[in-house]
Amino acid sequence: MILVLVETDLAGTVAEVSREALTFGRSLAEAGGDVPLDAVVVGEPAPDVVEQLGAFGVRDVHALTGAAFDGYAGAAWAAGVLHVRAGTGAVVVMAAGTPRGNEVMAHTAARADVPMAANVLSFSGLAPFTVTRQVVGGSALEEMRLTQRPVVFTVAGHAVDARPAGQPGTANVVLERPEIAAADLVARVVSTEDPEPDLSGSLRSAKVVVGAGRGAGSADGFADLLELTELLGASLGVSRVVTSLGWRPHHEQVGQTGSRISPDLYVPCGISGAIQHWAGCSSAKTILAINTDAEAPMVTRATYAVIGDLHEVVPAINAEIKRRRAHGAGA
Amino acid sequence: MSTLVCVKRVVDSSGQVVLTEDGQAVDGRYAGFTMSVHEECAVEIAVRTGDATVMTLGDTDAVEQLRAALAVGCTAATHVVADQQAFGPADVAREIAAVVRDQGHDLVLLGNDASDTGDFQVGIRLAYELGWPVVNGVTEVSVDDGVVTARGAGPGGVETYRLPLPAVVTVLEGGVEPRYPTVPGRMRAKKVAIDEREPTSQPQGPGRVRLLLRPPVPSSVQVLGKGAEAAPAVVDLFEQLGVISR
Amino acid sequence: MATVPATAKVVVIGAGIVGNSLVHHLARLGWRDIVQIDKGPLPNPGGSTGHASNFIFPVDHSREITDLTLDSMRQYKEMGVFTESGGFELARTEARMEELRRRMSSARAWGIEAQLVDPEFVKDKVPFIETDQFIGAFWTPGVGVVDSLRAGTIMRERALETGALTVVPNVEVVGLDVDDGRIRRVRTSRGDIEAEHVVIACGVWSPKIGDMAGISIPLTPAVHQMVSVGPCPQLAEREGEISFPIIRDMDTFCYERQHGADMEVGSYAHRAILHEPEDIPSLEQATLSPTEMPFTPDDFDPQLEQAYELMPDLLGAEGAQMRYAINGLLSLTCDGSPILGESLVNGLWTAAAVWIKEGPGVGRAVAEWMVNGRSEIDLSHSDIARFHPHQMRREHTRLRTTESFIKTYGIVHPGEQYESDRGRRLAPMHAAQRRLGAVFFETGGWERPHWYESNAGLVVEYGAAVMPREHEWDARWWSPIINAEHLRMREAAGIVDLSAFEVFDIVGPGALETVQTVCVAQCDVPVGKVVYTPVLDPAGCLRSDLTVMRLGGEHFRVVTGAAHGPVDRKWFGDHVPADGATTLMNRTDDVVTIGLWGPRARDILASLTSEDVSDGGFGFLTCREIQVKGVPVLASRISYVGELGWELYVTVDDAAAVWDALLDAGTTYGAVPVGIGVYGTTGRIEKGYRAFGFELDGERTIVEAGMQRPKVKAADFVGKAAYLHQRESAPARVLCTMAVDDHTSAAGTKRYMLGGEPVLTRSGAPLTDDRGAHPYVTSAGPAPSLGKHLLMAYLPPDEAVVGNELAVSYMEELYPVTVVSTDATPAFDAANERIR
Repeated sequence: MILVLVETDLAGTVAEVSREALTFGRSLAEAGGDVPLDAVVVGEPAPDVVEQLGAFGVRDVHALTGAAFDGYAGAAWAAGVLHVRAGTGAVVVMAAGTPRGNEVMAHTAARADVPMAANVLSFSGLAPFTVTRQVVGGSALEEMRLTQRPVVFTVAGHAVDARPAGQPGTANVVLERPEIAAADLVARVVSTEDPEPDLSGSLRSAKVVVGAGRGAGSADGFADLLELTELLGASLGVSRVVTSLGWRPHHEQVGQTGSRISPDLYVPCGISGAIQHWAGCSSAKTILAINTDAEAPMVTRATYAVIGDLHEVVPAINAEIKRRRAHGAGA
Repeated sequence: MSTLVCVKRVVDSSGQVVLTEDGQAVDGRYAGFTMSVHEECAVEIAVRTGDATVMTLGDTDAVEQLRAALAVGCTAATHVVADQQAFGPADVAREIAAVVRDQGHDLVLLGNDASDTGDFQVGIRLAYELGWPVVNGVTEVSVDDGVVTARGAGPGGVETYRLPLPAVVTVLEGGVEPRYPTVPGRMRAKKVAIDEREPTSQPQGPGRVRLLLRPPVPSSVQVLGKGAEAAPAVVDLFEQLGVISR
Repeated sequence: MATVPATAKVVVIGAGIVGNSLVHHLARLGWRDIVQIDKGPLPNPGGSTGHASNFIFPVDHSREITDLTLDSMRQYKEMGVFTESGGFELARTEARMEELRRRMSSARAWGIEAQLVDPEFVKDKVPFIETDQFIGAFWTPGVGVVDSLRAGTIMRERALETGALTVVPNVEVVGLDVDDGRIRRVRTSRGDIEAEHVVIACGVWSPKIGDMAGISIPLTPAVHQMVSVGPCPQLAEREGEISFPIIRDMDTFCYERQHGADMEVGSYAHRAILHEPEDIPSLEQATLSPTEMPFTPDDFDPQLEQAYELMPDLLGAEGAQMRYAINGLLSLTCDGSPILGESLVNGLWTAAAVWIKEGPGVGRAVAEWMVNGRSEIDLSHSDIARFHPHQMRREHTRLRTTESFIKTYGIVHPGEQYESDRGRRLAPMHAAQRRLGAVFFETGGWERPHWYESNAGLVVEYGAAVMPREHEWDARWWSPIINAEHLRMREAAGIVDLSAFEVFDIVGPGALETVQTVCVAQCDVPVGKVVYTPVLDPAGCLRSDLTVMRLGGEHFRVVTGAAHGPVDRKWFGDHVPADGATTLMNRTDDVVTIGLWGPRARDILASLTSEDVSDGGFGFLTCREIQVKGVPVLASRISYVGELGWELYVTVDDAAAVWDALLDAGTTYGAVPVGIGVYGTTGRIEKGYRAFGFELDGERTIVEAGMQRPKVKAADFVGKAAYLHQRESAPARVLCTMAVDDHTSAAGTKRYMLGGEPVLTRSGAPLTDDRGAHPYVTSAGPAPSLGKHLLMAYLPPDEAVVGNELAVSYMEELYPVTVVSTDATPAFDAANERIR
């Protein structure tokens, strides 16, 4: 039996990453000879959620209920998961590779005294159970063996496309009310507030971001980029090398170690697209890369690209925008 | 109150990743070594809380990361000298726990996850080893009168934890700006005697078979043009996307 | 994806300071179809230029490097990217103060404003310095910083504006095609370029690119550590990049250079950290840039501590943090000089191992060399052709740079010998020489006895005539035995090991044409004649001086010094007709030369041969094969020490036997083995013989050197037109020999100049020739037979008068000198009677 911890989003539907995890879990269930796929949710699920889980092939939905689950406590959630596992005899316990998913699975594995694999992309064998997972911020992969039971892991985002089961079923809701020790509630969220407006918020929430990398050439190489930023009403984001070299301040950095942005349009100029940068900008809806190297990762991953030196291309774009505006104003 | 902050020597992975020939580790000969950014923030938080000891488990070269933490304000350092490749997350947690029990810390800070192995679990396993509570993935930590207040981003907003010491807290970057070392700080760091010790038990290992590099993603990019001549097509795109008014 | 042009007159590989400067000057000199490529982006492709500290201290002991630096500073200033800051070189020790005094000599010789100052003077300009850390300083007000990236862009753009240049960044060289000894094609990641000329200006990557064409560019990437500390309030309150003088803390091998609100502390004190060009990361693999390697803090800690002691208030200021620290890669060579010029592959040039301070000057000089066949600034110490085979090995470069890295700011004696990678080339009689207590100096990899401890008894015998030296610096790398050997040679005879001579034969139908074209002197002489000749460049400046023997109708042997030998060999080789019928064969490793000179030389040789070696039977400047104790020997009657005698050319197998025979036979006549100390200095300087690399170089003419002969040969030769023109006009300066009148310093110690010192009026005022140059001592050495210390220098014509009383400045004290010769007339045996 395979047990998947499912997270629901604020709108009360099954989170996309959990759908991916369910899809992954189902393929594992099929590979194991059509073993059942169960879900664990926290709180009593809305009918929509149960329906969605059914569509993804879930047999039973185990709902953890009780006051212990009112405020988030990783240890309590893990205790709940293991309670379900004890009742169902699950040999695989898994979740999406979200902060919550990784945390609860880590608790689960620690409590069960078994290993845990984070951010798994695929499995390549059942005996021994071998997974491939993301390491080094996604730049590399690790083949890892999980020889103990239960197998505990999380599924990396985008590891699989979320796909409902071929034959949608109807999930049964099983209300669970595990005993939670007081010790498991010591580290518990006591309050949740709306996020404060943060200083780099303009970058994180910008609809358009102009990016600049090593191709800017020097600290003096940003004039055209700043003009484009202004013309587009955008924010400037830079790669880590730019801040490391002291060309621009750190709060403008986009990437795994900077801000993660999700604009409608991202225009990286002279950024080759190391994975660390990609981690910070991959949520952009549209990417227009300007780069001299057509084979640069940023170009190959972009939606659109212009091949050329940013110091030639950007001034031309600026001129074109201004020309059209002048034309428009005159008309 | 006594704080222990745990750091790990990792390859700086901001450039293209290169693997060692045996595929068991990331090769640091080009990029050099550092500690994870989350850990830099944990160190920053640790030195703000007062007297902080830094520890690491790693080979002899890992002393460089201990000195780096000492240079920004940690006052003592413990080095469990061992081949970190042979240690899985549970093994590392056990070794940290041994140090904590031996040295008697109240608060242990770690990074949320190491930038190389990305296991997401050492801090949590450590908490179970110690029988302490653990807060995971927070960006701000303060200690007042034996009570830890920790805050971090959750799915529904900024979440606050409040709990008594002792506790384990794992830190995510973003809440504090790690300081750079000062010249006097670096010189002080050089003079601190490092407590070297051996691992207390045989490691079970990380379950790693090997590391691989990611295959390239097939491209579906649409090239708008080359050089300055592409400008009209670019501005057309801007208009089409509605990011500039027509 | 942009492609590269299919053809080019010249492809310049590299867009650092050197490549950019080269394309600018090539375009300025009229070349077209110039293509510049770099594997990185512009304007900073990721090489050493991108992380350079960009400051320039103009004074160097080398004239060549100083001239390149001064020319570069002129160019940087013209481009508006130079900011003058002034600079101090601090002395923490008396030994360093003495070195700074020596530096003053160089400053005066090269005409650069400089001054020795006390710590308070420094404190006045650099208020955050601790004056108790040092005892004095060398102040150069003209020191400054440049924006080398901006300069590169300006120069590239100037070339682009002429329409002569195509620049393609982000393109990698994957191969160089060589055919029939000539470069044909550059293969790149974006297509092939057929090219007449190719220049490798790739800095630390140059060896890798050179390997693609089978040439050695012997430099090694080495780490220079630098940290940036800031913001420092003392710096932040002043506007601009730099407003305080740069400090070079010479005894800790550190510098402190303001960069805006930050202080950059750089070091040359750490262990030599060398890399291989193949191990430099790509742009993608690098954390910062390929040449900004990960900082290794342990190596830097001791320097940081010293810097902190010097500037505690600044470096320990509240808020000042180490925000940037790198192991920056730069290029080092086995002898510290750049690697410039055409390689052994025709049309394939190099311009590598160049610092920011020399970049634009090197660009101009190499461009001139390519376009005009010569450069205004003599580059002979930087010529890539200078390397002997053993020096082309990477291992040699690694060993030598490991040894010399610490000398970057070190006190290096002009006679100082390397310790590493010695013993590469040993004469067949090396073991015998060792038994005689030979003290070996190295040239071209050869171990040459500089003097023999076995002759120590002669020092006692000659007493004060050996001119003993009281001061340790003057006596370092020197021995009075040299002078004793000299005196014995003049009295009886000396036997000299000259195995290091570069010897090559030119054989074939074009042999005569080749030597006639290259040499100034008439070489169309009867078989058996020996010719001493200058060699000129196309502008009539000196390229070499050497001897040529005609061994047959179509067979000439060229003999030249080891230091310059490979360059001469390439120059002759370049003039051998391309039809293949005439060949140049290097005989250096299979022919050993032994010199025998002195009044008893004839007696000694006669005792070992049945041949007629009388003046009538074996005239001066003739050669022929004779049997010496049954061994065939090519004997050549010539002298560089002003004595009767021969150079004896023997095969390697026979050399040790002939050496032993000569020593054995010589004993009867009082002959001793004498070292290069005599051959290279005392013997020649008494005779006023000029030496290439000292008196003679690419900025001097035959007329200036006083070496013109009454007639010029009818046959054409390189530089002839210019030479004829020079003969018609008065020289701008005249090579003179001077004698030191009084050696006594203010402290009462007798001091002996070693070369490089400025020549001034008796009262210490500078002298300037028509070209704005100031006279300096090209060679200095004792003339034991005259009891004098002689100096050679090019003086302004007005001053070139026998008996003229001048002064030489040595360690910042004036010593009176008098001109004893204004032409080639020897100070000793003016009529050359002893040679007969």
